[in-house]
Amino acid sequence: MAKRDGPEHDETRGLTRRGLFRSIGAATLVAGCTKEDPPLHPESRAVADVDGAIGLTPTPLEFVLDGQPQKLEVEARTTLLDLLRLDLDRTGTKLVCDRGACGACMVMVDDVPRNSCMMLALDVAGATVTTVAGLGGSSQLSALQQAFVQHDALQCGFCTSGMLISSSALLRRSAGQTLERADVEDAIAGNLCRCGTYPHVVDAVLSVANGGGGSAHNVVLLRAKPSTKSGGA
Amino acid sequence: MQPFAIIRPKRVDQARELVVGKPELRVFRAGGVDLFDRMKEGIEDPELLVELRDALTAGVELTKDQPLVPVDTNPLPPAPRYVSAGALTTLAQLAAAALPGVDALHQAAGQAATPGIRNTATLGGNLLQRPRCWYFRNRELVCLKKGGDTCLAITGDSRYHAILGGGPSFIVHPSSLATALLALDAVASVFVGDEQASPQPVLPLHELFVGPEQDPTREHKLAPGDLLTRVWIPVLDDMRSAYQAVREKRSHDWPLVEAAARLRLDQGGSMRDVRVALGHVAPIPWNASQAAALLEGQTPSAKLFAQAADAALADAAALEGNAYKIPMAKGLLRQVLHRASGLALPE
Repeated sequence: MAKRDGPEHDETRGLTRRGLFRSIGAATLVAGCTKEDPPLHPESRAVADVDGAIGLTPTPLEFVLDGQPQKLEVEARTTLLDLLRLDLDRTGTKLVCDRGACGACMVMVDDVPRNSCMMLALDVAGATVTTVAGLGGSSQLSALQQAFVQHDALQCGFCTSGMLISSSALLRRSAGQTLERADVEDAIAGNLCRCGTYPHVVDAVLSVANGGGGSAHNVVLLRAKPSTKSGGA
Repeated sequence: MQPFAIIRPKRVDQARELVVGKPELRVFRAGGVDLFDRMKEGIEDPELLVELRDALTAGVELTKDQPLVPVDTNPLPPAPRYVSAGALTTLAQLAAAALPGVDALHQAAGQAATPGIRNTATLGGNLLQRPRCWYFRNRELVCLKKGGDTCLAITGDSRYHAILGGGPSFIVHPSSLATALLALDAVASVFVGDEQASPQPVLPLHELFVGPEQDPTREHKLAPGDLLTRVWIPVLDDMRSAYQAVREKRSHDWPLVEAAARLRLDQGGSMRDVRVALGHVAPIPWNASQAAALLEGQTPSAKLFAQAADAALADAAALEGNAYKIPMAKGLLRQVLHRASGLALPE
């Protein structure tokens, strides 16, 4: 749906789950199972003659993604989520419900947490978008990501990137304040976790918020603190 | 979603011009939460989205000003001050505004959907969203709202449908903001003319919505191309308000029933300017005027509130699956009256 000038897929990662699925043609299999509308050619639509209308065909878009400037072309119908996952291969942001109901696709747009499935890619022109990958890499986890690991705040992990976005946004806007459990629960109220990791997510966020700035040292200290093991299955 | 184009007019008259006369193919987009849902579900397929981001405004403020209205239209309810919110104000902004007297609005905005959606969804879009009825949202089904012969809730699963004002359609109006704003006696500025500069009318919120007996295919009075531009809430001296909803889940769920009340207490402790509204019980945000009439001028008491709740639901008629809503609405109505008046709940 879009062309891009950005870096090509990182071939140095070796065997990845996505790469494996691709190589065995799982994409074809999945496509065979989904119900798709018959393709409708853009040419059959009559809006091209409206002055100032854009996006029926790929349209230039510039924004900053996880600190890197992006310059590409995208159709209006491409959601921000599709742009990230399909065009830019930034698969840390997850597709689950595609209706703004689960929060797996959340990203920060100019520091505001939003559901990327219910936004158009063209909405973020000129904006700064932060995905889970922008919070810290696998070799250098942020204090919050480290706390998620240490508090066992994930099970299957599918909601985790959204949880991290919502709670990172909370930590940014409440810097220096002491947080209560209810504050964290309110912040992650749009992130659905089928594994029921909520209590551990709250523990992890509170450990960073109230642990004296969330340095690695504090996180290690908190590890010894017994956490509430009340999470249901 | 099927291919479409977008356009971003700078002014409301330009926006209106783009949609008037082509309602099947061109739609307004504010936040887009409801619109994209309908497009993804395949029940709508516009070819041009007229984005309102540059034509309308966001932001909520307390002001003494009133809009300039045409001489022959309804003026705003008299009040020393008004809360004025642009149609693009997000639910998150409404929830966080902390303005006097309009707690019902803060509470309704702060409980709707999820934090992420509240950062995207707008006041105007919330008020004018289409129903969330599962028959309406299913593209395989042709219900009354989509030009069919009958409302499928009558013989189908009606657990989330109307108990008041239903027939021939039994949807419930989906807007929680509408419930709060109806109780707050709000009016909406609308743009229905061709010229940007000329005074545009205001519509009291109870006149904005259209019941199914008038036209089952629509929920509000605005014609394609007409725009809701701003909402005004009269802030009376010593005004208090409250909103409450019951949901099956703690978050991201539509209310089963919701209630809102506004009143002020005079020096003798009597309730004045009482307004009571119910939501998710009727195809329109429901003005419980019988309850308000019973309360006007009276001293708050638990017994009186129970009588008002009974009066509000006197005409309720349940479908097969939604009789639970009647006692639930009565209970909620009593609770918001206790909260708005400051009278402690019994027990």
